[in-house]
Amino acid sequence: MSALTYEDVISKYEPVLGLEVHVELNTNSKMFCGCSTVFGAEPNTQTCPVCLALPGALPVVNEKAIESTILIGLALNCSIAPFSRFARKNYFYPDMPKNFQISQYDEPICVDGYVDVEIETDEGPKSFRIEIERVHMEEDTGKSLHVGGSTGRIHGADYSLLDYNRAGIPLVEIVTKIVPGTGKYAPEVAKAYVAELRDILRALGVSDVKMEQGSLRCDANVSLRLIGSDVLGTRSETKNVNSLRSVERAVRGEMIRHAERLNKGEKVVQETRHFQEDTGLTRSGRSKEQAEDYRYFPEPDLVPVAPDAQWIEKLRASLPERPSLRRKRLQEQWSVPDKEMAAMINADVLNIVEETVLLGADPTKARSWWLGEISRLANEKEVAISGLAISAKDVADIVALVAQGELTDKLARGVVEGVIAGEGTPAEVIASRGIKVVNDDGALMAAIEKVCSEQSETADKVRNGHLPAAGALIGAVMKETKGQADAARVRELLLGHLGQAAN
Amino acid sequence: MIKNSAAEMAQSLASGATTSVALTQAHLDRIADVDSKVRAFLHVDTEGALKQAADADAARARGEKLSPLAGVPLALKDVLVQKDVPTTCGSKILEGWRPPYDSTVVSKLKNAGVVILGKTNMDEFAMGSSTENSAYGPTHNPWDLTRIPGGSGGGSSAALAAFEAPLAIGTDTGGSIRQPAAVTGTVGVKPTYGGVSRYGLVAFSSSLDQAGPCARTVLDTALLHEVIAGHDPKDSTSINAPVPQVVAAAKSGDVKGMKIGVVKELNGDGYQSGVRQRFEESLELLAQAGAEIVEVSAPNFEYALAAYYLIAPSEASSNLARFDAMRYGLRVGDADGASAESVMNMTREVGFGREVKRRILLGTYALSSGYYDAYYGSAQKVRTLITQDFNNAFAKCDVMVSPTCPTTAFKIGEKTNDPLAMYLNDIATIPVNMAGIGGMSLPCGVAPEDGLPVGFQIMSPVMQDQRMYSVGAALEAALLSKWGAPLLSQAPSLGGAA
Repeated sequence: MSALTYEDVISKYEPVLGLEVHVELNTNSKMFCGCSTVFGAEPNTQTCPVCLALPGALPVVNEKAIESTILIGLALNCSIAPFSRFARKNYFYPDMPKNFQISQYDEPICVDGYVDVEIETDEGPKSFRIEIERVHMEEDTGKSLHVGGSTGRIHGADYSLLDYNRAGIPLVEIVTKIVPGTGKYAPEVAKAYVAELRDILRALGVSDVKMEQGSLRCDANVSLRLIGSDVLGTRSETKNVNSLRSVERAVRGEMIRHAERLNKGEKVVQETRHFQEDTGLTRSGRSKEQAEDYRYFPEPDLVPVAPDAQWIEKLRASLPERPSLRRKRLQEQWSVPDKEMAAMINADVLNIVEETVLLGADPTKARSWWLGEISRLANEKEVAISGLAISAKDVADIVALVAQGELTDKLARGVVEGVIAGEGTPAEVIASRGIKVVNDDGALMAAIEKVCSEQSETADKVRNGHLPAAGALIGAVMKETKGQADAARVRELLLGHLGQAAN
Repeated sequence: MIKNSAAEMAQSLASGATTSVALTQAHLDRIADVDSKVRAFLHVDTEGALKQAADADAARARGEKLSPLAGVPLALKDVLVQKDVPTTCGSKILEGWRPPYDSTVVSKLKNAGVVILGKTNMDEFAMGSSTENSAYGPTHNPWDLTRIPGGSGGGSSAALAAFEAPLAIGTDTGGSIRQPAAVTGTVGVKPTYGGVSRYGLVAFSSSLDQAGPCARTVLDTALLHEVIAGHDPKDSTSINAPVPQVVAAAKSGDVKGMKIGVVKELNGDGYQSGVRQRFEESLELLAQAGAEIVEVSAPNFEYALAAYYLIAPSEASSNLARFDAMRYGLRVGDADGASAESVMNMTREVGFGREVKRRILLGTYALSSGYYDAYYGSAQKVRTLITQDFNNAFAKCDVMVSPTCPTTAFKIGEKTNDPLAMYLNDIATIPVNMAGIGGMSLPCGVAPEDGLPVGFQIMSPVMQDQRMYSVGAALEAALLSKWGAPLLSQAPSLGGAA
């Protein structure tokens, strides 16, 4: 393994990033035909003459896809080109039916934008501006399944199966300009950028943005140069980065790999590399030393895209609140400390907490349920919080019941567990499990008297003013009432009973 | 019956003098009699045609409102897909392929009750001017079986000239409707680009390809034009505007006061003397009919051929990439252990003919990084200049005219080893495609020196297709009264029942 540490790398080199993100749009139909885009259908059932490239078939642009792309461009502060064109990117591959991809080349629909991302640094939170070069539309290819062989790649496979369901699904490619100046924070900045994009796209509602399903894919370009140099180093392009964490790992790993080569006086090869989820390392792919010639030319089967200025303004006015601004607003409204806010974002519970608060729950309580008990149960079950059978409404109800004194915190945890176990709504769980708070002072007094007579020595200590001894008695009373009592009320009654003022 | 015009046949059908089944059978019989000599058809859909004919007769018997051409037979160029009927584009690479869908042109023909007899021969993927590039052998010109019927749509034009069909569909990328019409003494029209849907037209050069009507008279062509034209949401380049009133124009044939611009650059050197003679005579007839003849200049036309042979092959190199043996058509070399790449290579090696390969190579080269600007980029600029030439000229005239081709039909085999000589055939037709305007060729006599038909080309501005029909109809009427009978009556008999 590497002898070089990350600290060694950053003490000598400055990383330069470039990120290309492909987003599958969630339109109902494909980019250039009416076929369905639903994920997971039987192979080759969602195809037609157009997306199979039968002779004579012609593409027609999906207007919804253009709208989504313009929305993305606007959300990324891009200018929207009054006139843009599709182009053919020519290369042969069995899963690409036409043997050219309809994409955009020198006339993309959105150009020159930026995204600000904030990360935690040694000096506190710091904002980095990622400049966007272009946002353009294209179509996805089909999917190849290479059978046989050890690598799962086309070379060495016995045969390959092709599924054209994905061929023609609308894709948007978002390309950054080069990103210098992130220094040792390059991996975090890369991750934060992809996370920010994901949040923006989700807020726009234009994509499922599921990295694990491939509806959001990131290619990370990394190069190193000596600190102080203004000459760019040779870059590698890492593909197959399927999670936010992997973005960070891939960038860090490539920085170290490049530095090792450079330190040994070796050249970095300009190539595509594949990220290996298990090792966190990358594997060499296609060499890009000799740039492939895609013979781009304007797509003659499509007319240029010339979006109406009024339409663009209408779309601009419809943009949702920017996720990062929304986070700031919510943090202020809820008075959340930075660390807790970061924890909520990391755990991806901001939306559900907001939903819970909008249903009337106290923000602190809502946050503590989702981030605490519910997160813990999700971890235990090894599922995402969104995969648990508990809704914002359930949590809001539980918070309300606790506030009304109908549940204690302890009882409420049982209710949460019951809801997640699929036993029904909080009310149903309470009814079926027979959970109720003992708030009948008579019943509590009986229990207190019983405990005080059984533990008379301890009771005497309290009577004599040694208040810490009360804890043991309260515990015993709680046990006596099977945990269904409100501990604060028990304490109050107990101290009164033993002649001490409750406070 | 089969020597009548389509309009006359439609009249006979409407009056009950004949039925579509009888008319269709008569054409099928004619095909059986003469097509072994002409070889216009790649596939005759006897069963399908007779069924469509019976349907048309039944619809008429029910008193349904029918389109003017309902029940009239037609020959379809094999570059347009028709559901379940073999479509080869004259290429081995598509041998045996039966499309699962109808092209928009075919849907419109079917809706109009037009009977599709079969698919006609063509240069492979419409690349050629003689039909000699068909992988299934050449078609022969009914005027002289040793000569070419033009190309790429030689099958369609020969079928008309041999009375195997009264109507045909062609496609025209650089002259493939008009040049075959010219050398066979028939009428062919390339409508304004975008006037007829390209959906289901197997693409050669997407920005130039245009399907159009072919027939033996200007009116028949107009009737067919109105059946197949119109906006199609499946073709983004199709024009969303009303179809020009071409039938009305063909019926009136009025050229009084029209200014007819003779293109200075499309005449003179390189044009056969008989071609020039018939062209000049036609101008006189048009002048006598009340048109004003003016001279116009199009200085950039001289670059049209060179630019065409960069743009068309470039687009073709990309359009033909889909023929890769993966999903349909020919598959060669699919042995155990063969890679997809080698199957693609072997299939394309075996499946494409020489001219197609030549153009794929040309196009691939012209689009290559480092050459794009000099070749494809410059060609696009020439295209703009040609369009400007047309705009300037149309400011001075209503239509422009020229001989359709520099020569009459040449001998089969005469130019197969000289691609440049072959390409020069299209020198007068190509500018029309480059500018996306309309063009028509109609017969204006036979050249005295060889007795072969000469074509007269009329060009009209974008979506002003009715103008060329007015002029064409006027010239046709003047020529008919001069000759006393249609030109095709001078063509030699092919034997068989007529």
